[in-house]
Amino acid sequence: MSRFVVTNVGPATSVQDAGRFGAQRYGLTPSGAIDRLALATANALAGNPPFTAAIELGPFGATFTAQDGPIRIAVAGASRSIKIDDRVLPLNQSATLMPGERLTLGAAREGVFSYLAIEGGIQGEAAFGSLSVNARAGLGAPVPRPLQSGDHLHVRAATERSEHALPPLAPSPDPIRVVLGPQDDEFGDAVKAFLDGTWTISPTSDRMGYRLQGPVIRHQHGHNIVSDGTVNGSIQVPGNGQPIVLMPDRGTSGGYPKIATVIGADFGRFAQIPPGRPFRFQAVSVAEARRAAIAFAALLRDLPARMVDVAHFEFNVVALQNANVAGSAVNAVDARTWQSETQQDQQP
Amino acid sequence: MAAEFLPPRILPSGDAAITVEFSRRIDDDANRRVLALDRLIAAEPIAGITETVPTYRSLLVHYDPLQIDFDSLVPRLIALAARPMTDASASRHWRIPVAYGGEHGIDLYDVARTLSLTPDALIARHTAPVYRVAMIGFTPGWSYLSGLDATLELSRRQEPRLHTPPGTISIGGVQTGIQCIAGPSGWHLLGQTPVRTYQLHRDPVFLLEPGDTLNLYAIDAKTFAEMDRAAERGDIIAELAAS
Repeated sequence: MSRFVVTNVGPATSVQDAGRFGAQRYGLTPSGAIDRLALATANALAGNPPFTAAIELGPFGATFTAQDGPIRIAVAGASRSIKIDDRVLPLNQSATLMPGERLTLGAAREGVFSYLAIEGGIQGEAAFGSLSVNARAGLGAPVPRPLQSGDHLHVRAATERSEHALPPLAPSPDPIRVVLGPQDDEFGDAVKAFLDGTWTISPTSDRMGYRLQGPVIRHQHGHNIVSDGTVNGSIQVPGNGQPIVLMPDRGTSGGYPKIATVIGADFGRFAQIPPGRPFRFQAVSVAEARRAAIAFAALLRDLPARMVDVAHFEFNVVALQNANVAGSAVNAVDARTWQSETQQDQQP
Repeated sequence: MAAEFLPPRILPSGDAAITVEFSRRIDDDANRRVLALDRLIAAEPIAGITETVPTYRSLLVHYDPLQIDFDSLVPRLIALAARPMTDASASRHWRIPVAYGGEHGIDLYDVARTLSLTPDALIARHTAPVYRVAMIGFTPGWSYLSGLDATLELSRRQEPRLHTPPGTISIGGVQTGIQCIAGPSGWHLLGQTPVRTYQLHRDPVFLLEPGDTLNLYAIDAKTFAEMDRAAERGDIIAELAAS
């Protein structure tokens, strides 16, 4: 056994896996990783099944220290500087920390969330089959809350496996695809305004919901409907006409009309859009969304096959690191304002 | 009766869920049809359906789009929804204690004044009905009850509270509910129950099922404190009555 010590961490960093499903009928929020492709990528590199529990890092920097034994890690998702003591590690590449070595992660530069996977996963008692943190419900392991400095995670000692890398995927500039409904008929012509509009994500967003800023979306019949069920990606429109996209810590039911739903294949990509960056939505049919879901599942499945063994690969670490740095920077001030409560819009 | 067999509206909720909507309003018949369809899906599982979430007026059916496609699933759901309704033979009836007013229900006096009732009359009207658990949602164990006395209907608060206590019994619009864990709410807080509708290390973790019926009865603050300690230790507190 080894210990992975949280030396220094900001808010919005928590243990997440695929989430807990099957009890939404009792109001149990699913939680789970906000970007499943990035979680699966980090896990593949660390030698784990795709949705093994990992550390979901918010937009802030963090520092961890290995103790008692070697620990294999990999970081994927939002790019950020990664250092083991003074050695630079590229995104999407595994590495092994020796006892006493320190892993230092910078603030997110492109995207919002990164995933820090640890070979063998994180030790903890699953509730409803998941370690995902849901602080309000007192769920999550090894601690039922976001990580704090001083936490110790018990992990398996690194195996003799070699280190692996995956070429990072270029971020897609395509619109975020949605299926209209279930209550798009509450909006009439405003559906066109929603699809034609240019949107940004407000800094006052969190794992419960991302607030959107853009054209005001008017309801035809008022903004109170009778509460009905929600899914990840439900786009509800409260009275002020500024939509909120429901994220994995959402309430399982909600009382605002939902104009559209972000499709599963684009949900993680949507979640990684930094506050303030303009984007658009595009309506697709359920059949088209299903084809995207099948393609996305294939992408996840093929991750291990696409990995390269670092020992057999001429890896230009400096060039890769420079390529990461060249991405349009999210400045740290924006990142710091990102986390705040959306709870005033979340009520029964 | 013919109205009961109007087909529901089938509304896509993205690419992995379907909302089967029986009404746009809070409607007792619609809720019975929701729960009947929910029971049918449980009794006759369809491969690819991953979970169902009953609400007042619709059933949210989650499915895995890799296993089943929308066009195959929809006719099967419509066929099940067209079956004659059977009443829930397995539904249970509970008695749930509530400490009304004071620190347990900080809005009781204001609500009574707004409705031109004495606090005791308000409590009497709130404890009189047999309620049905129409849906559970929002946060773990938050049980929405149908059957509120129509004279107790009241718009939600203008300013929702960010933090309301665990066990809160509240009213909002035509609804009343049992909240389990602390959280935000725009409803009016009448009282508090020591009963945990959700408790992680207890068997059962979730006490109430959609479709269960229940009565509320008033207890004093001292009884609340005793019951609350027992509930903390894992006692269910709520009594299951033969109905």
